[in-house]
Amino acid sequence: MSSPLSFAPGRVHIALELEIPSDVRYIERVVEIVARQCAQFAYPQRQTCLNIPVALSEALSNAILRGNGDRSDKYVQVKVDVTQDRLILEVLDEGLGFNFEECLQDPTEPDNIEREDGRGLFLMTRLMDRIERFSNHGNVIRMTLRRHD
Amino acid sequence: MSFAIKKQGEIVVVDVEGQLIVGNRQELKQRVLDELEKGERRFLIDFSQTGYIDSSGLGVLVSLSKKIREQGGELRLANLNDDLKTLFELTKLDTLFQISDTKERALETF
Repeated sequence: MSSPLSFAPGRVHIALELEIPSDVRYIERVVEIVARQCAQFAYPQRQTCLNIPVALSEALSNAILRGNGDRSDKYVQVKVDVTQDRLILEVLDEGLGFNFEECLQDPTEPDNIEREDGRGLFLMTRLMDRIERFSNHGNVIRMTLRRHD
Repeated sequence: MSFAIKKQGEIVVVDVEGQLIVGNRQELKQRVLDELEKGERRFLIDFSQTGYIDSSGLGVLVSLSKKIREQGGELRLANLNDDLKTLFELTKLDTLFQISDTKERALETF
């Protein structure tokens, strides 16, 4: 495995765009690509093994199953922008979007803890520093994570 | 993900290798339910080879725990690494499951 690259702070960023068919089987591969880019900037293992994989998996899963209605003829775009200081991920689906706040329930409350669903958005907000939703020829979820040592 | 199911005494031990996520969690659920249907009642899931788990993977574990308990059985988890422990703590699922540091400890306390 190559050692992390040493870049002058703030000088370099990696920008990627991926487009995948709307199929959950592609999620793992996308996560792997993104985590590898962050590892190049020496993001800590906690972030490359937990925060980024889980939050990105959730966003992709929502895009595929909800945004695109689990339709395999649709696509999901992923934009990745990573520097030594922060990671910005954008996940775009072809859906109409949703009210993020309305869908955000607390799965840790006693009434919800035995539910099988309802943890995806919660985990995204806990594992990323910032979550934004907007429309741009589709529904976009933007997630930002600052690199913490 | 791949997983191996084996019996140790009266306990069905399931090793989860790889990620437990939306694309593969149904398979785990079905295999465990098949064992439940056959009459097995004690289950241990070993996460020593597991990468990450997403919310649907957590959901399957919750669902299995419920179904196994309804049949008078028990589901335990073992070998969560620090990242997975954090996931369970964030979602307070560490209060729902019996989690052991090692498989041996989990098997002993069944």
